[in-house]
Amino acid sequence: MKYVSEFRDPILAQALTARIRRAVTRPWTIMEICGGQTHTIVRHGLDELLPRGVELVHGPGCPVCVTATENIDRALAIAARPEVIFTTYGDMLRVPGSSKDLYSVKARGADVRIVYSPADALEMARRNPEKQVVFFGVGFETTAPAHAMTLQLARKSGLKNFSMLVSHVLVPPAIRAILSSPSCRIQGFIAPGHVCAIQGYKEYEDLAREFRVPIVVGGFEPIDLLEAVAMLLEQLEKGSVVCENQYVRSVTRDGNRNAQASVREVFSVAPQVWRGIGMIPGSGLQFREEYKPLDAALRFAVDLTPAPEHPDCISAQIMMGLKKPWDCTAFATRCTPDLPLGAPMVSNEGACAAYYRYKRHTHV
Amino acid sequence: MCLAIPGKLLTVDDHVITRVGSVEFGGITRQANLDLVPEAQVGDYVLVHVGFAISRIDEAEALRTLEILREMGELSEVEDGPASP
Repeated sequence: MKYVSEFRDPILAQALTARIRRAVTRPWTIMEICGGQTHTIVRHGLDELLPRGVELVHGPGCPVCVTATENIDRALAIAARPEVIFTTYGDMLRVPGSSKDLYSVKARGADVRIVYSPADALEMARRNPEKQVVFFGVGFETTAPAHAMTLQLARKSGLKNFSMLVSHVLVPPAIRAILSSPSCRIQGFIAPGHVCAIQGYKEYEDLAREFRVPIVVGGFEPIDLLEAVAMLLEQLEKGSVVCENQYVRSVTRDGNRNAQASVREVFSVAPQVWRGIGMIPGSGLQFREEYKPLDAALRFAVDLTPAPEHPDCISAQIMMGLKKPWDCTAFATRCTPDLPLGAPMVSNEGACAAYYRYKRHTHV
Repeated sequence: MCLAIPGKLLTVDDHVITRVGSVEFGGITRQANLDLVPEAQVGDYVLVHVGFAISRIDEAEALRTLEILREMGELSEVEDGPASP
């Protein structure tokens, strides 16, 4: 596939690992934020190509993992209503709420359907006028424009039976929270390329300046990530602290202004609770007044009694870069993708699920 | 979740309220909303995320990245000598 296979070329990977080995003189700790990048790194064993002492730690960039338990519980309660067709992305069905997940609600008779796109949910609403179609939209800046545009289309078309439950999270406030933590050990960041395809990377230039930390916007293929790591290590070795763009074929400094305008029209920035981490100011998106009639959280009143996280789950420390999945006593024993205790074991992009799939037999 | 797949834009269809197109991903063709990439034309590659094209891939930049990396690889072979078997 064009723009995929060329960026998986083993010869280029060898050249990049040689460049990395030449650059490095001491240990460094780098965090990739995005769960898609975590998946590529673990799947292709890129971390094992790096010199001893260069550590890649995995950030909170899996939206499925950080969706607050309260939002999952709200989704479960809405999905259980008889008049509702509940639609969402496939990853969301096994995410544990306080006591159950969407699969178990579906097993009890709820009409829960997986869709590829929010546009498919809107189409479902058109075809099922007697039902209330609810789309559960979670995601980072990459996904928010698709949700915003779907809501704009729904509003224009005047559909009365479509609404959306949203849980959006924003990356720069999370990086700020990680860097502000007294226990932070991250010395450089790989910024998420597809988030930056939407937002551009000016906010990351500000973070690099403010916290004096190098940041490289990286793509998603092995060559992209090795090049991003090489660029970061070269900066770290010479004491440079700027934001650079490795993913130039898809990311511009200003990002996609049409997408940003759509999101701005529908949503405003708000505080957001991240599962396992807590509330991060300015890290979420809420419906603007004129779009509130399409907010499923307002359309369907539900009673919620949130329960605490499972006491064995250390997902917060994993997502803050303090621990690795195999530091958890429940990893691959009491917590597996089939029976997850915490959300990072659910999604393909969760660090625990990636380690379970590719590394559970390699760490003794 | 932030997975976005590069695909080739095969056709463009301007609807009344939205612009859609068929995009081919390694043999599979799907419809995608093109409203976020009004500059994308038939033959371009676009990154598609949850049914919406979010970015037109800059072919010149992609080629330049690969060329620089290949040159760098050749250079390091000259510097380091041939790799051991």
